[in-house]
Amino acid sequence: MSRGHGDAAVRTAGPALRALDVHVSFGEAHILVGVDLDVHHGEVVALVGPNGAGKSTLLAVLAGDERPTSGRVLLDGRDVHGVGLDHLARRRAVMLQEMRLSFPFEVEDVVRMGRSPWRGTEREDQDDAVVARTMATADVTHLAARRYPTLSGGEKARASFARVLAQEPGVLLLDEPTAALDIRHQEAVLTEARRWAGDGAAVVVVLHDLTLAAAYADRVVVLDEGRVRGAGAPQEVLTSALLSEVYRHPVEVVRRPGTDEIVVLPVRSTATSRPATRRDGGTGADDATRRDGHTGPDDATRRDGHTGRDEQEPGDVVVGTTSGGVIR
Amino acid sequence: MTTTSEPRATVGAGDAGSGSLRPGSSATGGSAAPARRRARSARVTGLFVLLAVAFVVLAVVSAGTGQLHVPAGEVIGSVLHRLGLDLGPMPAHPNGDAALWSIRFPRVVMAALVGAALATGGALMQGVFGNPLAEPGVVGVSSGAAVGACLVIVFGWAFLGPWTVAGMAFAGGLLTTFLVYATARSGGRTEVVTLVLTGVAVNAVGGAALAFLTFLGDTTAREQIVFWQLGSLNGTRWPYVAVVAPLVLVGIAGAVFLSRRLDLLSLGERAARHLGVDVERLRILCIVLVALLTAAAVAFCGIISFVGLVVPHVVRMAVGPGHRVLVPASALGGAVLLTGADLVARTAVPYADLPIGMLTALVGGPFFFWLIRRTRRSAGGWA
Repeated sequence: MSRGHGDAAVRTAGPALRALDVHVSFGEAHILVGVDLDVHHGEVVALVGPNGAGKSTLLAVLAGDERPTSGRVLLDGRDVHGVGLDHLARRRAVMLQEMRLSFPFEVEDVVRMGRSPWRGTEREDQDDAVVARTMATADVTHLAARRYPTLSGGEKARASFARVLAQEPGVLLLDEPTAALDIRHQEAVLTEARRWAGDGAAVVVVLHDLTLAAAYADRVVVLDEGRVRGAGAPQEVLTSALLSEVYRHPVEVVRRPGTDEIVVLPVRSTATSRPATRRDGGTGADDATRRDGHTGPDDATRRDGHTGRDEQEPGDVVVGTTSGGVIR
Repeated sequence: MTTTSEPRATVGAGDAGSGSLRPGSSATGGSAAPARRRARSARVTGLFVLLAVAFVVLAVVSAGTGQLHVPAGEVIGSVLHRLGLDLGPMPAHPNGDAALWSIRFPRVVMAALVGAALATGGALMQGVFGNPLAEPGVVGVSSGAAVGACLVIVFGWAFLGPWTVAGMAFAGGLLTTFLVYATARSGGRTEVVTLVLTGVAVNAVGGAALAFLTFLGDTTAREQIVFWQLGSLNGTRWPYVAVVAPLVLVGIAGAVFLSRRLDLLSLGERAARHLGVDVERLRILCIVLVALLTAAAVAFCGIISFVGLVVPHVVRMAVGPGHRVLVPASALGGAVLLTGADLVARTAVPYADLPIGMLTALVGGPFFFWLIRRTRRSAGGWA
């Protein structure tokens, strides 16, 4: 399968994307404090951390949107602010959280906008093929003729993902690409991100769902209050101790039986997590393990400290699908 | 491509019963896309042909209509003879040819130019504000340009020769556009409420300045200002056309040149930048072009509002929001609208020349109201 994306030829020996001692401050507020980060070709790096940790700011800095107060960002070894916007657009693509559109373009037109950096190059000839392919990848082919503003949140996210892929970038920056997606599309989007990395792209993805991050990222970078608190393989970094401290909420890290997969769960007290249904639906053992795993008096802090997405309650979903396996 | 086929296969199996997923969506998408594109390009061609025909018919009828009636055949004959083609009948009336070339044609051409300028200015402004309600008249750019032009009328300046009025209108328009842009935008976008309220404020100040200038002026200047403010093509002569035409043509050409980038800008400023658009430069170029087009329209014909609102909106409804079609189609549509409106202005009341700005506002005001309500509904609030 030749995808021909990502300017593989441009690939240099060093990291594709590099942040060197990046500080970002707005007056008194220090958003990023001395962040160093290397992202190599062929790897997926997940940025995780609580709300306000500086994940999106770091992504904006990496994208070249935001100029760091001090420090540098290098793309292919060159300062990201020193290369032209058109060159940048052919090298890296960014999927933002906000997906507004001022005018009611059709979905296919929106995806085609991702091809604009290649206008006037040989690659322009492949526009139709690339647009069709990325729309199929993001599962929006059947929405091609729909007006973008009429789409649901998840459909918009997938259309944006298709647009970003159509840019055929060597460096892919995704800010919570799965936030509005159902389970199937979450898995599909991150599988695709992995596939791009497999083909040589460097991928940075901001995620809130730590289990997803553990499953799809080669490396996880944990940010808190603008600092890197941990960076490395998911198994090494995503520990109960670090996560509980960073998220200010007890977090349990378990292994899915028979696999190396990590499952990250917020600890819940039975008092606040629908005791009736849980008791009726679960086995006796379920309750027992649940209480054993309970690590702290978190009843009071749970609501405030809970940082997952409100709409989706990822924690609940994960528990539903994995808790049975955990017990047995 | 296994990634994509996997989830699709799963859903195909799961949702087959409910029928919520289109079977073989990728297959139908593959063949539907070219068909859809053909349908769209047919629609675009149809729109341009329709507008072009409408314009020619209106122009010929408008040129032939008036106190001295010239039949359509003679109007066309007169034009062809000027072009060196010995075709068609010349005007039968001894003064017919002279009336056409000294009074009617400049007026028709001016109407077309001003209409095109206003509609293109509207489309550009909406593109750069990311808001379908932005329009030079509504947000006050027209009144800014009007103040500039009025200064020239009242103080009798002539430092730029025949270009003085247009030059000052441009200066006034440019200043106002920057002002509106700077105050109405926050966080990379413009909310409807902010935009409309900014327009109210700017129009109020512009109105006050115009009132003061009217007060300052002598009787002649006063009368000139009053009628000019109502918007009129009355008394258009070729020298005026010669000033306006190059401005309008440059403005439209610039707008067409920027149209692709305006499409990308609708994704938002950051996303447009990620696609290689120098947003800062695009904004400044757009603002200068809007001021140029508005100044060209306002300089000799006064304030004619709502053309820039109605025309791009109707074009968008017909052929979608892509600026590569929207901009030229708006220019042509604006020419049609104003040529038609001028015909009505000249003929609705016998022996009277109604102010054309009054006519467009009469139609445009209610349209604007409807548009506000519609935008509010679709945006789920005053966003």
